[in-house]
Amino acid sequence: MTEAIKPVLQANRLVKRYGRVTAMDHADFELYPGEILAVIGDNGAGKSTMVKSLCGAVVPDEGEILLDGQPVHFTTPIDARDKGIEIVYQNLALSPALSIADNLFLGRELYRGGVLGKAFNMLDKRRMKAFAREKLTELGLLTIQNIDQLVETLSGGQRQGVAVARAAAFATKFVIMDEPTAALGVKESRRVLELIKDVQARGMPIVLISHNMPHVFEVADRIHIHRLGRRHAVVRSDDISMSDAVAIMTGALEPPEEVARPAGATLH
Amino acid sequence: MTDQSGTGDPKREMQDFEKVLDQSATEVASFDDHDTSLVGRIHHILHANPTWVPVIVLLISIAVFGTIANNFFTPFNISLIIQQVTIIGILGVAQTLIILTAGIDLSVAAIMVFCSVIMGKLAVNFGVPTPVAIMAGFAVGAICGAINGFLVTRFRLPPFIVTLGTWSIFFALNLWYSESQSIRSQDIDAAAPMLKWFGERVDLFGFIFTTGSFLMLFLFALFWYLLNWTPWGRHVYAVGDDAEAAGLSGIRVNRVLASVYVVGGFLCALGAWVAIGRVGSVSPQSFQEGNLDSITAVVIGGCSLFGGRGSIIGTLIGALIVGVFRSGLNLTGVEVLWQEFAVGLLIIIAVAIDQWLRKVSA
Repeated sequence: MTEAIKPVLQANRLVKRYGRVTAMDHADFELYPGEILAVIGDNGAGKSTMVKSLCGAVVPDEGEILLDGQPVHFTTPIDARDKGIEIVYQNLALSPALSIADNLFLGRELYRGGVLGKAFNMLDKRRMKAFAREKLTELGLLTIQNIDQLVETLSGGQRQGVAVARAAAFATKFVIMDEPTAALGVKESRRVLELIKDVQARGMPIVLISHNMPHVFEVADRIHIHRLGRRHAVVRSDDISMSDAVAIMTGALEPPEEVARPAGATLH
Repeated sequence: MTDQSGTGDPKREMQDFEKVLDQSATEVASFDDHDTSLVGRIHHILHANPTWVPVIVLLISIAVFGTIANNFFTPFNISLIIQQVTIIGILGVAQTLIILTAGIDLSVAAIMVFCSVIMGKLAVNFGVPTPVAIMAGFAVGAICGAINGFLVTRFRLPPFIVTLGTWSIFFALNLWYSESQSIRSQDIDAAAPMLKWFGERVDLFGFIFTTGSFLMLFLFALFWYLLNWTPWGRHVYAVGDDAEAAGLSGIRVNRVLASVYVVGGFLCALGAWVAIGRVGSVSPQSFQEGNLDSITAVVIGGCSLFGGRGSIIGTLIGALIVGVFRSGLNLTGVEVLWQEFAVGLLIIIAVAIDQWLRKVSA
């Protein structure tokens, strides 16, 4: 390896206070190319504040965020999205009364070429449908027969699939997934886990927030353990047992000194 | 960890209890029509195409009234229905936009009457050039809508309460500015005939239309296009469907909401110009029932009051259904009070059908 691997996203000493409550207390974070990084932590550990500050939903009071080494300041999730960061929200953020294709392009519609697009803002429905069909096929989701189908007619797992496909289709840097299996049954969880691996296999780094330890250990390369508002430890999922990870997360076990990083990785 | 004593590495693999998934059924969900009864099939078809409901109701009511009222199909009567529907139709376009965002606007007719008073007074009493007076009316309509939109988006007040309040406020301003005086038709003819443009008659195939009816049809076509073929239209639906999800998808929810109220106010002002042509005079007391009539048209047209669902063409059909009912009952000699009764029934039946169709079990 001639060149060191550098983080896609690196956050240094982020602080967020709400009145007297410090939700984020000098938290660090790194995401490396091509990996699945799980973020775990107890309720109230501040992991969601941290992840929200990475995607613009929360603006940190202090600290810096580097995207590919460049400092960024997101004030809305749209800022983050414009930089190629996509989020799959726990509630999916889909519009049930709109079609799959409409949902995929919500907020970033394609226009027709020429006068129709420029003067009349006309949507290019054909191109959007073709793109949606292509993306869903790539991820093996075309048990959904009709791209014009309304999202409300889909099952929970299929909706999750549409949300993941949307994120995977438009992300250029990385995807954040918030509890993607929390609301799903056994079989649908399995499909979504396979989907997450598929997205990773296409080279896209993923931040996975989950309380489900078996799922975390199955898909994650590294696990970021958040505790008391800061990064408590980062471990490789192959090097640790689930019970030790939970013990570190809850403070029952001292965390390892060193932050686990991919081989040859450095910081910016 | 105890479960690590098993064979191989438990990580990277599916859980034991998941192993049986390989043998499980592979189809994702079966959507076969187990309900093959006639009602079940009708339910299924109408669920997929909700706009057909008002179309069918319209066709049935035309057929029924055409049979029992013998002068229903005369060109005169058809023309009259269309003329009567014009104003409510235009207000209905505004109302549809707002109801699609899960809002409601009780002030549409108040804005319209206020704007017609402004246009009339400026042009007739103050001698302002008519185009300028009309522009002033448009501006006031848009400002009234902007006030509604501002209160709804900035202060997060429910649209029902906001427009209930502004309904009274705009109506009071209208009485104050007009000094409760009507403007007579002759005075308009003398000073500002342009105000009556949309009352001009157009003879076509023996039917008498007004230019206002064509404007109404144009507005329906225009907003059908905007709602279905532009990002703004898709965003209106998305915001009404689930505002939070729309916001997370990158839609500027407040901007969409505010735009809908401003456009709605402007449409009311356009309605004001048409109304002057239709009525001939300007009366600050007119169209008091217009607020609710526009909501009636939208609801009968199949729009959901919960937002996100419905079509603008449905509103046109809804307005026509009300027009056909009123005219048909009138021709068969039914008293006005029973016409009101029938329209009331129609609303309740329309909403009941809507609820029945929304059942996703279809």
